Formats: sequence, structure tokens, C-alpha cells
Amino acid sequence: MTVFRNILIRLLTTAVTLFGVAVIVFVVIRVVPGNPIAMMLPPGATDADIARLQAQYGFDKSIFQQFMIWLSGVMQGDFGTSISTRQPVAGLVLSRLPATLELSIVALTIAMLLGGALALAGTRFRETKAEAAVDITSGMALSIPDFLWGLVLILLFGVLWPVFHISGRISPALNIDFSTNFYLFESILRLRFDVIADLVGHMFMPALALAIPLAAIIAQLLKQSLKETMHLDYVTLARTKGYGENHVITREALPNAVLPTLTLVGVQFTFLIGGTVIIERLFSYEGLGNMAIDAVINRDLPLIQGIVILFAFLFTIVNLVVDMLYVLLNPKLRHA
Amino acid sequence: MNSFLEVRNLNLSLKAGMPILRSVSLNVAAGQVHGLVGESGAGKSMIGKAVLGTLPRALQVTSGEIWLDGVNLNSLPTAERRKTIGAKAALIPQDPLTALNPSKRIGPQITRRLVDILGWQKSDAEARAVELLHEVHIPDPARVMKSYPHELSGGMRQRILIASAFAAEPKLIIADEPTTALDVTVQKQILRLIAEMQQRHDTALLFVTHDLGVVSKTCDTLSVLYAGKVIEEARMRRFFTRPIHPYSAALLKATPTYTNPRGSLTPVPQSVIDATEREVREHDMRASR
Ligand SMILES: Nc1ncnc2c1ncn2[C@@H]1O[C@H](COP(=O)(O)OP(=O)(O)O)[C@@H](O)[C@H]1O
Ligand SMILES: [Mg+2]
Repeated sequence: MTVFRNILIRLLTTAVTLFGVAVIVFVVIRVVPGNPIAMMLPPGATDADIARLQAQYGFDKSIFQQFMIWLSGVMQGDFGTSISTRQPVAGLVLSRLPATLELSIVALTIAMLLGGALALAGTRFRETKAEAAVDITSGMALSIPDFLWGLVLILLFGVLWPVFHISGRISPALNIDFSTNFYLFESILRLRFDVIADLVGHMFMPALALAIPLAAIIAQLLKQSLKETMHLDYVTLARTKGYGENHVITREALPNAVLPTLTLVGVQFTFLIGGTVIIERLFSYEGLGNMAIDAVINRDLPLIQGIVILFAFLFTIVNLVVDMLYVLLNPKLRHA
Repeated sequence: MNSFLEVRNLNLSLKAGMPILRSVSLNVAAGQVHGLVGESGAGKSMIGKAVLGTLPRALQVTSGEIWLDGVNLNSLPTAERRKTIGAKAALIPQDPLTALNPSKRIGPQITRRLVDILGWQKSDAEARAVELLHEVHIPDPARVMKSYPHELSGGMRQRILIASAFAAEPKLIIADEPTTALDVTVQKQILRLIAEMQQRHDTALLFVTHDLGVVSKTCDTLSVLYAGKVIEEARMRRFFTRPIHPYSAALLKATPTYTNPRGSLTPVPQSVIDATEREVREHDMRASR
């Protein structure tokens, strides 16, 4: 009953959020200067040509009217037509989504592994030089934004010691005919190790650049939470039973220490997804973010709208998953 | 009488140098109940923690030995010391609300260490846990073992912690103010239960409390601690009839007991406190020479 009510509230707030985002984006991109139609036409087009195309895309109507037309299309799954490519926005955006999802998920995985390892090491060797090293490392990692990490990585692994690809998503020779755009997941399922290696070779640097700041945040939050948990009575009691430090940290403290960090890590993960826009551009990775920048340059208003709505939708999904995990991992809420 | 636990001249101080325990010596004979009494902050819990190897990092042992079942714990390498303590001694903690891991079911919190550390079969450990929960008068142990701590009352949780303490058949139980965090109504039941379990399993018990009244009912011997210094160690009967130290005598006067049922509830006189403080300072002077 309450579960059902919670889901309903959740869906409603999601709908309201997405609507709000749609309104803001719709207005903002129409208020900033730059005429999308003028950019489509060759130099020397007449005012009449421009007016005709304006009417064709509906740009001659008021913003309110345009919005209502757009909204009624969206209700039927039609997000409009991209001006620069003349293809349906929905199809374009969905074809790029898998690339960005794979990049984000790989980055999140790296961040959790790196950050978790640092937090555990810092806790295991707390109040020693090793903990100070963890603090300094994560502090440094955090003070440099992801796209600068991208440049650093390109210098290191693209120029000085060129072991990874610095641009693209896959080598053309290995572009087997995928049946989905989830290249990485699909090649893992098909056990194509040559393709996996190539994809990882492309994805490694952008994913690492995105992961480093998040790893630093996880390291700091989780270590703090772990150290507080280590003082609690049930941890002390476990010690008296004969358990060693490693067991006490990973089995007694960790499951409880993760909970308070979960929500913040979720928020940070949405920032990471936002970071893909610039990182994808930097590494010429053909995902949603890269497409977003092209769309902005071309003043491709319907495409910009579609991409922003999809990003907003992704963020609400991430928040939903985090909330569900929180309940799942917390016995006090699980049975409520 | 041979001691199961023997603390010899234990000195403990903050790393900054401030003494916390002052040449503490203490004996708990096998199968006997030894009371450790003192006002809050006297260092009672630190003695228990020193024995169990769970001292806070801010504290360090500056000198002294702890012998458990004839073994000098300081002489053992860390891992072995931990195992020895885990096998021979156990703690009944002060606050049952914080002493159980909130993310684990009760069953594994009792059985896991039997499997992990003592190498029991899982089924044996579970049977043992059910038996122990019966012993501490928990109805429907099978259901309780599947519960999470937050689903149970404080009294129930303390019973579980008592059962868990006896799980590996330790020969020494340290109970650190095991009823202070509980409702007055369940305090008596829990005290009776600890006494009952101690007798059934024939363990030594170091019973830490600030309440002399409780000691009078349960203990065979006792130590009185003041500012980290044992000012009197005595057999029960002698202590209640002829306390030697003026502080002990004053403490006794302030406590309702069998012999003094209404208790005069007079606070310990300032002159006695001053004299005892002087003793503590004299000890520190001698120690620093
Ligand atoms: N983690 C700690 N760090 C520093 N000092 C502590 C710590 N825990 C306790 N102490 C000090 O040790 C002394 C003894 O504390 P404790 O053994 O807990 O007293 P009690 O007799 O009430 O159990 C107190 O003066 C307390 O301030
Ligand atoms: Mg205490």
C-alpha cells in the first residue's frame, strides 16, 4: 500500500521535474541569439527562403504555441526533427545513449573500485603516514576537474607512452555488425575478446578522467564514515571475539559505513554523467554529450531539447536507483 | 586459590602522558565473581578493555602484565593473543542497543565466530545458538535468530548478547555495567540471568559496576577503584563488615545494602576524598621517580 503510494508520488514528481526542465530549456534556447534556419541555408538565401523554412519548422509562431505543438508531439513519442540532420530526434538520441551509458557505468565502476580501495587502505592504516597519503592523493584528485584529468591522461598514455587510443569509440576494422549500440556489453556477451580489448582501449582514458574526481569523493566520504563506524560498540565486540583488523573493517564496519555515503555518491554520479559532455568531446567519443555540443553549435533546437530531456530523465533514474538501494541495504527500512 | 585472570601492576596512560590506571593489580579466581567498583570515570572500563585488547588508540600500556589462564598475554604475538582472548574470555557490553551490528541478523552474530574462528560446523553452531537462546529464556529462538537487532527490545538484545558471550564456553566473562542502559524493570532480571549463566557454565566473572548494592548480592570478592588506583581489594563478607580504606567505608555508608537496607545516602565526605586524592598523587610521585 505505502509502497504503491511511494511509487505514485515518485512518478508524479519525476513528471513534474521533466516538465519543468522542458519549459526552461525550451524558453532559454529560443531566447539566446542565433537563428537555426539561417545557418542551414547557403549564403545568399533570400528572406523569403528563410521565412518559408521558419514556417516549416514552426519558428514563426509564439514560444507558447511552439511549446504546445512540441508537447503534443512528445505525448505521442515524437520529439521533433533534428534541423541539422533532418532525422527524428528520438531515434538520434537513443542511438547515442548506449555509448554514454557504457562510458558512465565503466567510469562509475572504476571510481567505486579506486575510491573503495583508498578508503579501506586509509582506514586500515589510519593515523599513520599511509592515511595522510590517501588524504593528499584524494585532495589532489579532487582539485583538478575531469576534463583536465583528460588532458593529463592524453599526455601520459596518448603521447608519452601511447598505449591507449586517444579518440573514438571503436577501431573501424573491429566494428563487427552489432545488433545493439551497447558495443561493450554486447561484445562481452558474445565473448569477442578482441573487440572488448579494443573498446576498453578507447574507453579507458575518458572513463578514468571521469572516474578520478568521483573516486576521490568516495575515498574521502567512505573513509570518514568507516572511521566513525570503527568506534562503535559492535565493532569492539567483534574484536573481543578474536577477529582481526581486516575482517572487522570489511565485514563489521563496511556494510554499515556504506549507507550514509550512498546518497552523496548518487548525486556525484549525476555530476559524472554531466561531465561526459566535455569528456566525450575531448576524446571524440561518439556519445550523447558529443552530440549535444554539435547540436548547440548548429543551433539544432529540437535536438538540444531532446538531449537535455534525456539527461534530466537519466538523473531522475539514478536518484531512484540510489533510493531503492538505500532501502535494500538498510534492514530498518527493508521491512517497513 | 589460583587466579584465572591476573592483572599485575598495570599502568595505563594517555599518549599525552596523563595516567589513567595506576599500578592496578587484580585477581579473578576460576569460577568466582569479582566485583570492580568505582565512580564513573575511575577507569573500570579501561581495565576490561586492557584485558580484552580493545583499548582506544589514544591510550597505551606503560608497564604491567596481564595473565589469562596462566599465559602472559603480552608475551604472545598479536594474532595469537587475539585468538587466545577470543577463546578464553568474552564481554557482556554496557549498551545492548549499540553492541549488535544493525545490518546483520541475530543468528550469524552468534554463530559466525564459532565457524570462522573456532572451526565449528555451521549446523553445530546454529544448534548451539538455539540452545543458548533457550538458556537466556528467549521464546522462539528460531524466529529471533532471523530477526534484525532493531526488531527487538533492549532487554531482549541484552539477553542475546549474554547468550553470545557464553557461546564459545569462555572461562572468563567481563560484564561492563551490563544493566545501566536498561529499564529499571528489566535490570533485576538481567542481573539474575548473568548470575545464573555464570553458575551453570562455571565461569569466572569480572563484574564492573558503580553500584555497590549490586555487588553485595552477586560477588565473592571485589576491588574498589578510585582515579585508576585500586584502593581496596577484599573478600565480600569482610568488606561489608570491616572495610579498611576510609573511601570504601564512606562508599559503603552511602549505599543501600542488606546490612544497611535504607542506606544513609550520605555523599562521601570531602575530607575522605581529599585524603584519597593525596594517596593518588603520592603514587604518581613514587612512579615518576
Ligand atoms: N578514548 C579515550 N581517549 C582518551 N581518554 C579516554 C578515552 N576513553 C576513556 N578515557 C578516559 O579514561 C578514564 C577512565 O575511563 P573509563 O574506564 O571509561 O571509566 P569508567 O570507570 O566509568 O568505566 C576517564 O577519565 C576517561 O576520560
Ligand atoms: Mg565504563
